Amino acid sequence: MSIKTVERQDTAAVAPEQPMLEVKELVVRYGRGRKAAALPAAVDGVSFSILPGETVGLVGESGSGKSTIGKAILGLQKSAGGTITFQGKDVTRAGAAERRALGGELRAVFQDPNSSLNPRQTIGASLAEPLRLRGVTAAEAREKAEAMLERVGLPREAVDRYPSQFSGGQRQRIAVARALICDPRLVVCDEAVSALDLSTQAQVLNLLADLRDELGLSYLFIAHDISVVQFLAQRVVVLYRGQVMESGPAAAVTEAPKHPFTQALVAASPVPRPAEQAHRRAVREALGVRTAAAVSASPGGCPFSQRCPLATELCTSERPALRRVGASDVACHYA
Amino acid sequence: MIPSVAPAPHQRKNALARFSAHRLFASPGGVAGVIWLAALVAASLTAQWWLPYKTEDQDFTAVLSGPTAAHWLGTDELGRDLLSRIFAAAAGTLGTSLITVIVGVGLGTVLAMLAAAAGERVEAVISRVTEIMMSLPGTVIILAVIGAAGTNIPLIMAILGILISAGIYRVILGQAKSLQSQLYVDAAKVDGVSTLGISLRHVLPGLTNTIVVQSALIFAVGMLIQAGLAFIGFGPPIPQPSWGGMIQGASQHVYDAPWLMVPTGAVLALTVLAANAIGNALGKAPNTTASHLPSAAARRQRARAVAAVGAATTPSANPVADSDAAPANGQLSVRGLSVGVDGGPRLVTDVSFDVEQGTVLGLVGESGCGKTMTALSLLGLLPSGVAATGGQILWNGKNLAAATDREMEAIRGRDIALISQEPMRALDPMFTVGYQLTSAIRRLRKMGKADARKEARTLLEKVGIVDAERILKTYPHQISGGMAQRVAIALALSGRPRLLVADEPTTALDVTVQAEILSLLRSLVKDTGMSVVMVTHDLGVVADICDNVAVMYAGQVVESGRTANILDNPRHPYTLALLAADPHANSAADMPDRLATISGQVPQPKDWPTGCRFAARCQFAGSACAAPVPLLASGSEEGLVRCVKADELAVEGLEWLATEVPTHRVLKIVERDLA
Repeated sequence: MSIKTVERQDTAAVAPEQPMLEVKELVVRYGRGRKAAALPAAVDGVSFSILPGETVGLVGESGSGKSTIGKAILGLQKSAGGTITFQGKDVTRAGAAERRALGGELRAVFQDPNSSLNPRQTIGASLAEPLRLRGVTAAEAREKAEAMLERVGLPREAVDRYPSQFSGGQRQRIAVARALICDPRLVVCDEAVSALDLSTQAQVLNLLADLRDELGLSYLFIAHDISVVQFLAQRVVVLYRGQVMESGPAAAVTEAPKHPFTQALVAASPVPRPAEQAHRRAVREALGVRTAAAVSASPGGCPFSQRCPLATELCTSERPALRRVGASDVACHYA
Repeated sequence: MIPSVAPAPHQRKNALARFSAHRLFASPGGVAGVIWLAALVAASLTAQWWLPYKTEDQDFTAVLSGPTAAHWLGTDELGRDLLSRIFAAAAGTLGTSLITVIVGVGLGTVLAMLAAAAGERVEAVISRVTEIMMSLPGTVIILAVIGAAGTNIPLIMAILGILISAGIYRVILGQAKSLQSQLYVDAAKVDGVSTLGISLRHVLPGLTNTIVVQSALIFAVGMLIQAGLAFIGFGPPIPQPSWGGMIQGASQHVYDAPWLMVPTGAVLALTVLAANAIGNALGKAPNTTASHLPSAAARRQRARAVAAVGAATTPSANPVADSDAAPANGQLSVRGLSVGVDGGPRLVTDVSFDVEQGTVLGLVGESGCGKTMTALSLLGLLPSGVAATGGQILWNGKNLAAATDREMEAIRGRDIALISQEPMRALDPMFTVGYQLTSAIRRLRKMGKADARKEARTLLEKVGIVDAERILKTYPHQISGGMAQRVAIALALSGRPRLLVADEPTTALDVTVQAEILSLLRSLVKDTGMSVVMVTHDLGVVADICDNVAVMYAGQVVESGRTANILDNPRHPYTLALLAADPHANSAADMPDRLATISGQVPQPKDWPTGCRFAARCQFAGSACAAPVPLLASGSEEGLVRCVKADELAVEGLEWLATEVPTHRVLKIVERDLA
């Protein structure tokens, strides 16, 4: 594994320009037919890229399309438009055989540790599956599974056990092991720590950070919690109703948010320091962001305009394009 | 860190065979069924070597005889030995019934897996076809086949299987679809596993239980139908013996030789019973879910109980709640409360706290620490099999821990109300928000219909719903999660409670909505003077809304006091560790390279040590921690802490440290910092 790591850094150094993943103008619609076409798209023209070794955080509320983007990248959701390029290869419409041909370089860790492992398979069988697909022998796969379990802090004997014999945190470690077992380049983490308790969440976050630095991995880290994202991510993309509101360096987006929605999101995340939280609450209430309305915004305008304290007529009629403000790109007429 | 893992109970590879076999042999009926079928098959297959007579041998000295030494089960109207004929016919009957099982269950399963894997369009086509098959008259088709192809029993049983497969498809489809939607199927798709591979490796094993149970039942059905066909004359050609044909023969001698019916009828009945017993044994409680999850029954019961809170039914008079005067007091005082499983371990031990009127108390801790059990005991809503086993819950001086169900019904909804993590649990999907709210108000406040409707609107406005009139007319599934939680709060407020128990009320919501709900609760506390017990795992929520906090670990309060004191100046190592592990405690600028963690897990109640329960995971643990630790004054206001080293930690200002950054990472971090 260590030899491979070195090789990878070399390739990364030779071609630093080529992103690991590039998503361009991605559109995803749910449902089929005329009725679905009339509804706003779940993902509406989203573009971003991830460099080798970089972690990009994707944040937003439920229904913002963040998980849908992850699914589209992994080929679990059909896209209606745009392209997804992984290591220079167009994977927008890749089928099972083409996915297999990626050689396990694009992997995923999902939210629910209870359902992300087949309860009827031993841990060893779950871990071996992606390797066996690539023609690794059973004995070799088992050896690799044991080594990987050790790597994520579990005993080697765990290969012969079943998922129900592990706690939620341990199962999420196993899911991480399964994702990393075939030496991926990019791992999509979809709410990978949100179902875990604080101390376990910290363990898994540390593990992800260690493995990233050790193996030179890229992550697409999808989460609703901006504080969790800022622990891992170098860049953050903020989504609202399927559109990018703001994207930029993690520190800039979380410490000095430019878009009114990002400001609301950051202000709403409570901190465990009572005095500071009281201050944040006052700031949040002063922002004057309105409650989410059931009716969606006019299709031509800014999706956030109905809740935005800064909204004017321009915002309801014209969708703001992303433009550079400081270190970030912001989709707001008034940022 | 070596996490504790339960030892694998069996090392055998085939988990499925193991589960099914266990269930089968744990049930006496299943064992009896298997023995009977096995004996029948063995006897039938070896019949030619041991049977006393050939099936066509006629003994005219003993026509229509009862059991005798020569003919153990008697003879029929031609003097043929019944025992010989029954056992000679058994293999054929069972074998051809098996054809129905293989064709019916096999076809149904394949169709269901195909429909589940191939998506909506294919599913729609297959479903329509099976609906047509189910609407065809089976008897007519079988008689038509007999008419066309003669009494070819294997063919008839295969056609019967095809007809039955539509029903099997229906049974299996739902399960196959739910298995297809599991995350491990998504993970396999990401790997590039083919659709067929996924169906065989991840879906089929999950269906095995249903398939086996259905097979046993279809086997019995096949046998009965086959006997029925033979009875009406479509059995194997005479003189070949068949159970149905023998019963038909016996029916003609019901008056002169009633015994004739008994042996064949009994064997057929026993065989059908055996197949059903095996099916029952295999289908019994397939507990494949993790053992730490509550059973479906327990979850349903809890859901029912929770739903009942919004709609307490007993119209018993409660002078305080019924009067329109402002509530006099709302003092909750929990003293030494213990909650335990009947005949099992205690889940909560010796918990004490006070909630003054108009204040918010936070119960925090990780899952498995007993905070929800503590909260539910305040409402008398503990799951079945779990009860308060000691201590007092004093509500205005009355001990709720000892109250009867009836007394609790009078208190729930009126004095003490509940909002839960999942607001939809409190709302019935069959009725509009307005109907549910007005009926609760009418019951709890004895109001007329019109007044209650007006009050419902006022309540919705009070919980920050702008278009109350429209929301009143909607059904719960038509509103968003945040809106549903507001409605659930309005429902909880309909009895004007003086204490609101909020069990993780914002955990399932977006942070922006969470902030709004917390602001709403804060203003309700301020306006109505009610108090709140807030169960949460989020220290940020505690900082935002709680006046006081009790930190729970492994069923005990380990630290309690004013929120500001505890979060800014924690005295217990567990509180210290939780804060250190929380990424919210750090801003992006000073985000550490590693978060602090707590090694290991919260111990199970049966594993709680006599000494400090946190000692095994504590960075500061020493020999003094092995003895029981009392909850003592921490020195800051009325704060309490359960740690022998609390003073030492406070004086030395120790920090809960993150584990070392692995050496191979240090270089990278330095590089990054330089860049």
